Amino acid sequence: MALLEVRDLKTSFFTPMGEIKAVDGVSFDLDKGRVLGIVGESGSGKSVSAYSILQILTPPGKVVGGSVKFNGDELVGASEKKIRDIRGNRISIIFQDPMTSLTPVFTIGNQLMEAILLHTDRNKKEARARAVEMLGLVGINDPERRMGQYSFELSGGMRQRVMIAMALACEPDILIADEPTTALDVTIQAQIIELMTELQHKLGMAIIMITHDLGVIASICDEVIVMYAGKVCERGTADQIFYNPKHEYTKGLLRSIPNIESDDKERLIPISGMPLDMLHMPAGCAFAPRCDRAMKICLTSQPQEYFVAQDHISACWVNIQEGIQSGLIKLDENGGVKV
Amino acid sequence: MSYKFGLYILKRFGMAFLTIFIVIFMTFFIMHAIPASPFSSEKARTDATIAALEAKYGFDKPLPVQFVNYLRGVFVFDFGLSTAWVGYTVFDLIKGGLSYSMRIGFSAAFIAIVFGVLLGALAAINRDRWVDKIIQLITTALVSLPSFVVATLFLLIFGLWLRWLPTISTNPGGLVMPVAALALYPMAYITRLERSSMLDVLGQDFIRTAHAKGLSKFKVLFKHALKCAVSPVITYAGPMMAYILTGSMVVENIFSVPGLGRLFVNSMLRTDYMMIMGVTIFLTLMIVVMNFLSDVLYKIMDPRIDLE
Amino acid sequence: MSDKVSALNSLISLQIKPGDFLPATEAEKKQQVVMRDSISFMRDALKRLSRNKLAMVCLCVILVIMLIAFVVPYFYPYTYQQQDVVSAYTRPFQYSAKEQTRIANGEKVFPHIMGTDALGRDYAIRVIYGTRISLLAGIVSAVIVIIIGIIYGSVSGYLGGKVDLIMMRVVDIIYSLPDVLIVILLSVAIQDMIRSSTNELIQRLGAGMVSIFIVFGLLYWVSMARQVRGQILSLKEQEYALASRAIGTSAARIIRTHMIPNCVSIIIIIAALQIPSAIFTESFLSFLGLGVSIPMPSLGSLASEARTGLQSYPYLLLFPAISIFSIVLSFNLLGNGLRDAFDPKLRS
Repeated sequence: MALLEVRDLKTSFFTPMGEIKAVDGVSFDLDKGRVLGIVGESGSGKSVSAYSILQILTPPGKVVGGSVKFNGDELVGASEKKIRDIRGNRISIIFQDPMTSLTPVFTIGNQLMEAILLHTDRNKKEARARAVEMLGLVGINDPERRMGQYSFELSGGMRQRVMIAMALACEPDILIADEPTTALDVTIQAQIIELMTELQHKLGMAIIMITHDLGVIASICDEVIVMYAGKVCERGTADQIFYNPKHEYTKGLLRSIPNIESDDKERLIPISGMPLDMLHMPAGCAFAPRCDRAMKICLTSQPQEYFVAQDHISACWVNIQEGIQSGLIKLDENGGVKV
Repeated sequence: MSYKFGLYILKRFGMAFLTIFIVIFMTFFIMHAIPASPFSSEKARTDATIAALEAKYGFDKPLPVQFVNYLRGVFVFDFGLSTAWVGYTVFDLIKGGLSYSMRIGFSAAFIAIVFGVLLGALAAINRDRWVDKIIQLITTALVSLPSFVVATLFLLIFGLWLRWLPTISTNPGGLVMPVAALALYPMAYITRLERSSMLDVLGQDFIRTAHAKGLSKFKVLFKHALKCAVSPVITYAGPMMAYILTGSMVVENIFSVPGLGRLFVNSMLRTDYMMIMGVTIFLTLMIVVMNFLSDVLYKIMDPRIDLE
Repeated sequence: MSDKVSALNSLISLQIKPGDFLPATEAEKKQQVVMRDSISFMRDALKRLSRNKLAMVCLCVILVIMLIAFVVPYFYPYTYQQQDVVSAYTRPFQYSAKEQTRIANGEKVFPHIMGTDALGRDYAIRVIYGTRISLLAGIVSAVIVIIIGIIYGSVSGYLGGKVDLIMMRVVDIIYSLPDVLIVILLSVAIQDMIRSSTNELIQRLGAGMVSIFIVFGLLYWVSMARQVRGQILSLKEQEYALASRAIGTSAARIIRTHMIPNCVSIIIIIAALQIPSAIFTESFLSFLGLGVSIPMPSLGSLASEARTGLQSYPYLLLFPAISIFSIVLSFNLLGNGLRDAFDPKLRS
């Protein structure tokens, strides 16, 4: 049994203009101490997937289907109290923008101690000691003084360190990092990623790293999920995704980042076209209108998740076609599948 | 913090001082621009008695001298002598009315703030649900009703038709209607202010952080959200003071409360310019002080605000 | 190995038709993408406004009230000052004894829709005139605020620097003045001056109206000026303004395409919310006896007069109260609708 099992998770936003299926059938497993990366462009549903796991969606967002099992316990539809006991305790999350993620009118210390007091038996004094210890652990100097400061008195990198300290204060099993470096300067980004890797080795928690930065994924992730328009395009180990991408969208993503090792004559190739209007999803594969290898079937029918190799899934008609051609999938005379 | 804060208070204080000075200046010269002598309208008086009276009140001196004298007086709350209520100083009369006005004014402000904040928060939490819709409907209606309509309708419904409450303020329970009539508009205003401010705060990232920590909904709302969302209400304290003070002119008249507002209206009816000037300046002083306090409190409550 | 992968795929179900794997054409791909029409900001805002049913109802109510207030007096059989003491306190749709004899004599008597007041004046026409005064106070004030606010705000924002600093200090000071107190003070003074004035227009408007217009001209434009200045200042620093300058767009075009649409919304919103405040102030002054000169009625003075004999003749309070309530409510709701339509960011 995996630490976290997500199956066919569906989350929608019910706006006045219509239902937006922000997450539409996402499945994955996360084992103890592993690092899972989720990549995709803005609006692909990465963050919403994370919020759905902890059920911290803001209305009109709502989990409409699927299952999230933590240590075998179902979280979708569980009582508010049960989920609260897990939030910030067993599963923690840090957010994209450390500028706005801390309450401006309370001190850092107050906010750090809040979670510790809530989830552990420590008294105020012990909680304070623990908070100071955590601030030291995330590399904040003079933690005693920082405890009495407000978030606006700290730099962006500092605030993100405080967020990490707050998230790890109760020694969670899973840390969800929702684009933790996007809002930071490049030099600070590297420091934060380094800190997270270091803490992961020290504390042994599993991490779900949500980002659109493939560099971050490559440096720390064991497994990778590529999302597009609320769906999983491709899922595999980091090696599989980076060295043997199967889905056309993943290939496009990888072509669009600079590669130091390749010879410099090669040009970066952007993915053409615009991201989708989520209110008007096409009938077929969501990526098809932007895909160079789109086929007739791509426009009419959604591709299913297909194993291209052990632990490597791709939802792409091109892969399925290749599977048929190579005989991995055998069709019967009516065009249906033969098992 | 402390140095900057001190500087801010100093600046803000200077601004308040300037405002009061401008109002004194305007009041003085507007009232002295009126061609008629304050005594000429009173019964039949000979020119000699008018001259004697003007000498007594100091109206015979050149205008700038009068202004300096008046200004000097204002600093020690000496607003001169009333011309309509002979034998009384303006400040005596103000003191007499103040206790009544303070009582209904502060009760109204207290009710408006407490209920306004609670209703606004309630509406925001239940956004777009029926509770929110009803609160919005009622508050929109209330901010569309002038104080004199509310007060007169109260008098008609609760005083004359239902006979639940006395129509004269000096009877027991007589201050209920004036207070309610004064409180309704600011309460509705604060409700709307608090609702939109709370909605704004609820959409902020730090609320998600608080939820993600595992805090209960109650604690997220009443610890993290409410403290941020009440700041705009504090800034409304000054305007609310102004509303209540001017509103009390109407309400005190309707319910015969012997307060400052009624005094002011009576001074106008009896063209007692010294009283009009004195009360205007006194009310301005109260509004400016309230504005000053609310601004300072705002900065203390919300440490984010830049102190320029 | 390949068998193992095949087994993993056992859950897949497919239905492939011949030709499914042919490449899709660009045209077919394009068909899949639904693009939202791009329409101009103004049209988009008006579309949003017209979809807001409540705001549209309020707009209709305002138009109907305006029509009544400005047209009906021209062919109404009674005037606001025509007294008939014998017919005093006639209830709505009833006739006084005198009028009943006239009817008995075969005369046609136009009914008093809202009854008559203490002096036997037809109340409906008085309420209509009062409403007219309120609307006038609101609209003229809004116009004054718009003109002064835009000029002051755009000059301050456009020039920037020291001039802006000084101009904004002036705004700060004006902002802190207690406006209603100054209106009252001015009306007291103006009322006195009006008594000796020979100007017929000022005589007819009355102290309240004149002082409201003066005070709006002196004090109320500051929030408009602040907003306009803020918009223009922030616009000057916007990347898109810079970008369009960089690609050689003319200043006139930048102003037309970027500056005006940005300011128009804030101007409309503030103006719409200014109207109820002016109506409130006017009726408040009239209630205190500082408004229009008698016998011209105003909704405030009507409500004030209605207090004598309130228990017996409550309709004298209710009609002006309903009128002012429906005007102010309609303007408030329309203002909210305009805010939602023109400034989607401000949407609650």
